Amino acid sequence: MKHLVLSLLLLAALLAPGVRAATSPDEMLADPALEQRARALSKQLRCLVCQNQSIDDSNADLADDLRRLVRERLVAGDSDRQIIDFLTERYGDFVLLKPPVEPATWGLWFGPGALLLLGAGGIALHLRRRRRAEPVPLSAAEQARLEALLGASEAPDRS
Amino acid sequence: MRRLLYLIPVLVFAGVGIGLALGLTRDPSILPSALIGKAVPEFDLPPVEGLDRPGLSSADLKGQVVLVNVFASWCIPCRAEHPLLMRLAESGVPIYGINYKDKPGQIGAWLGELGDPFRRIGADQSGRIAIDWGVYGVPETFVIDAKGRIRQKFVGPLMPQDIDQTLLPMLAKLNG
Repeated sequence: MKHLVLSLLLLAALLAPGVRAATSPDEMLADPALEQRARALSKQLRCLVCQNQSIDDSNADLADDLRRLVRERLVAGDSDRQIIDFLTERYGDFVLLKPPVEPATWGLWFGPGALLLLGAGGIALHLRRRRRAEPVPLSAAEQARLEALLGASEAPDRS
Repeated sequence: MRRLLYLIPVLVFAGVGIGLALGLTRDPSILPSALIGKAVPEFDLPPVEGLDRPGLSSADLKGQVVLVNVFASWCIPCRAEHPLLMRLAESGVPIYGINYKDKPGQIGAWLGELGDPFRRIGADQSGRIAIDWGVYGVPETFVIDAKGRIRQKFVGPLMPQDIDQTLLPMLAKLNG
């Protein structure tokens, strides 16, 4: 019983929202709407030190600085777009966790779909060809062999 | 002829495989700089407190080919690259420093111990100017041309082969 309660508590702790976010209370904004935007933006921005984390998740020093910078600019009245542009000017598109759709990233965005379509197209073509293929008539030798076999099975007990 | 069609998936697979394999050989911690070819960001950094050395502003970086090195006394790789910076400075390459989030008292001792290759040092206590430079770790070294544009960036400690193969030929070209 005691174990069960303990396990449930641990499970609840794991599922509790916001546990992983690195944002510390002192950097949060008083205005909930702005704070909401800051969190949403931070989730899209890559921490350049720990690369596969967003700055919202990361405890790296630079992520902390960038979170504060995002909030400062929000308070100064910047739009989300302006903040994203500010950071991509300095760090390139790499700072975005979701790469923009542009000619250089078409392969990334559409490549897998294109490969899938290519494969599906190939299979469809193959199946259609196979279905359309006319059955080839039996050659004379095959016909004779077939008749011999059929003849043998039609009269099994004649010995 | 029909047989050759069956080779297409194999070729596509091989192409994708080779592309991905090449991708794996690249060092993912080294990012291209978004600032190459652009003018240095406008900034004006105060001198390091207690150090007899002027601060650094964007105006100081115009008119000649220079290196800008972002460093800190707490940064171990900076210690590793320092002898190379000393050698470059001795051979006449102008080097300017941005001291990243350092304690003012420590950098003097650090330079006293290892030598001082910097003409000017700006103190970036908040790390905000480094963000303008697209810095994501120390050390980083930038090559600035005479027009004040960023031409190259080295992430992490400079290595002897960086200097011989990239930096020196580039400086020669920009100065030439």
